[in-house]
Amino acid sequence: MAKTAKIEVKEQGLVDSMQGFFRTLLEKGDINALLVPQRLPRKNAVMPTLVTDPEKINGADPLAPVFPINAAKVVSKLTRKPLHGKVAVVLRPCEIRAFVELVKLKQARTEEVVIVGLDCLGAYGNVDYLRFAGEDGNGSTQKFFQNALSGKGTAWEGIDISPACKACDHPIPENADLLIGLLGVDTSDHLLLKANTAKGEAILDNLKLPAAKESEGRKKAVDALVAARSAYRDQMFEETSEATADIEKLTSYLSECINCYNCRVACPVCYCKECVFVTDVFDHEPSQYLQWAKRKGAVKMPTDTVFYHITRLAHMSTACIGCGQCSNACPNNIPVMEIFRTIAHYTQKAFDYEAGLSLDDEPPLSVFREDEFQEVVAKMH
Amino acid sequence: MAEFEPTIIAFVCNWCTYTAADLAGTSRLSYPPNVRLIRMMCTGMVDPKYVIKALLEGADAVLISGCHPGDCHYINGNYKARRRVKLLKEILPRFGFEEDRLKLTWIGASEGVDFAATIKEMVDQVKALGPNQTREQMVI
Repeated sequence: MAKTAKIEVKEQGLVDSMQGFFRTLLEKGDINALLVPQRLPRKNAVMPTLVTDPEKINGADPLAPVFPINAAKVVSKLTRKPLHGKVAVVLRPCEIRAFVELVKLKQARTEEVVIVGLDCLGAYGNVDYLRFAGEDGNGSTQKFFQNALSGKGTAWEGIDISPACKACDHPIPENADLLIGLLGVDTSDHLLLKANTAKGEAILDNLKLPAAKESEGRKKAVDALVAARSAYRDQMFEETSEATADIEKLTSYLSECINCYNCRVACPVCYCKECVFVTDVFDHEPSQYLQWAKRKGAVKMPTDTVFYHITRLAHMSTACIGCGQCSNACPNNIPVMEIFRTIAHYTQKAFDYEAGLSLDDEPPLSVFREDEFQEVVAKMH
Repeated sequence: MAEFEPTIIAFVCNWCTYTAADLAGTSRLSYPPNVRLIRMMCTGMVDPKYVIKALLEGADAVLISGCHPGDCHYINGNYKARRRVKLLKEILPRFGFEEDRLKLTWIGASEGVDFAATIKEMVDQVKALGPNQTREQMVI
């Protein structure tokens, strides 16, 4: 039975009570540092910040409905080699899932990390968020959660949470040592704090917070959210499959792509130090372009756009956790996430694998069995 | 109009299928000239992007052929190839490439006759399938 406690909210509001909790965690939690999204001094940008001084936590706002990067990438930077210290990292469910993939791909380690996961009600795209937050960052976070948790929804003046978040069927953190629960919790009074692992329990004991029970309403609230998200997801799969059903359609789908590769840079699981698409392999001889143009009478330049996207699907779709940072990073608003998640759904199913779910499931392309997939071997003559 | 002559790109491993192709030749077996053999050291080094590139450039089909299970010169390269083919067969048909445009077979070094028969059969199949969608169309 998982241990639970409560983070008291009362009149101070969500953001302040969350900051209070992080201060306590940093002081009493037997950790050296806390990685938490903080509001930067200028504008309302919220970025992961590594904090060692409890007094410097006053900008923390992990509930802000935005994540300009998938923080699994920075957790990888902190953990790929020994850190010589213990760090608690505050992550969204999709960031934890990306972290799980990176650990399996040997790009991160779990040893010196305590994962603090938060229920996630979604996030706006980077540009939309700045408009939403306006001049009052903390106030906007409070407004977002009041609306989302009271059933008023997440739409505001023509903007809404990103399609990746609308299609996210994992709003509750999995594989977190400590979970901060909001769904089905009376957030005007408290937040739920739950220890899912021995690591989490040890910290919870140190914090000496008042005890609490997981409310009965929580499961119901979670189920309802997951059902709504899954319905959106399934429709997205259907529409995207239809929109990319052949090369002509796929070409039209990707026609605004300028080969900037931002989607690959933003992707938390695309981990190669040097992507083949930026190596000499693609520094073609000038005369080569002429050859290509001659073959079909015309060639679009820069070349290899569809090639790049399908190759990335082949390389990474089995590790796709659906965070949507690819779409967030696209300068031309191509629905990259939609195509990635759709293909990922089928490739992961083919290998009976779900990215981000478990540290024990082996990434499909890192293993093989002798007696498998006989159906793909042609029986000729 | 002349009959459609498909182009098939075949990635064959040095130790088994390439040797089988050699044997087919030295045995004076004939098979259709539609296939372009690319000798790889092992099917395990056929990156999915080689297949994707071939099909996007207008090849009508791709064949990957290596040693029988258990016979791989590098112990297990062909098992890795099989997983990659499984992966590609999930992805490519979703973009309108018929599944039969990608084939994986095991043809051992002594099976020259099988090699010739496989190519003949595959050419017939691809002829029946018709030209690949990328043959004429500009792919961005």
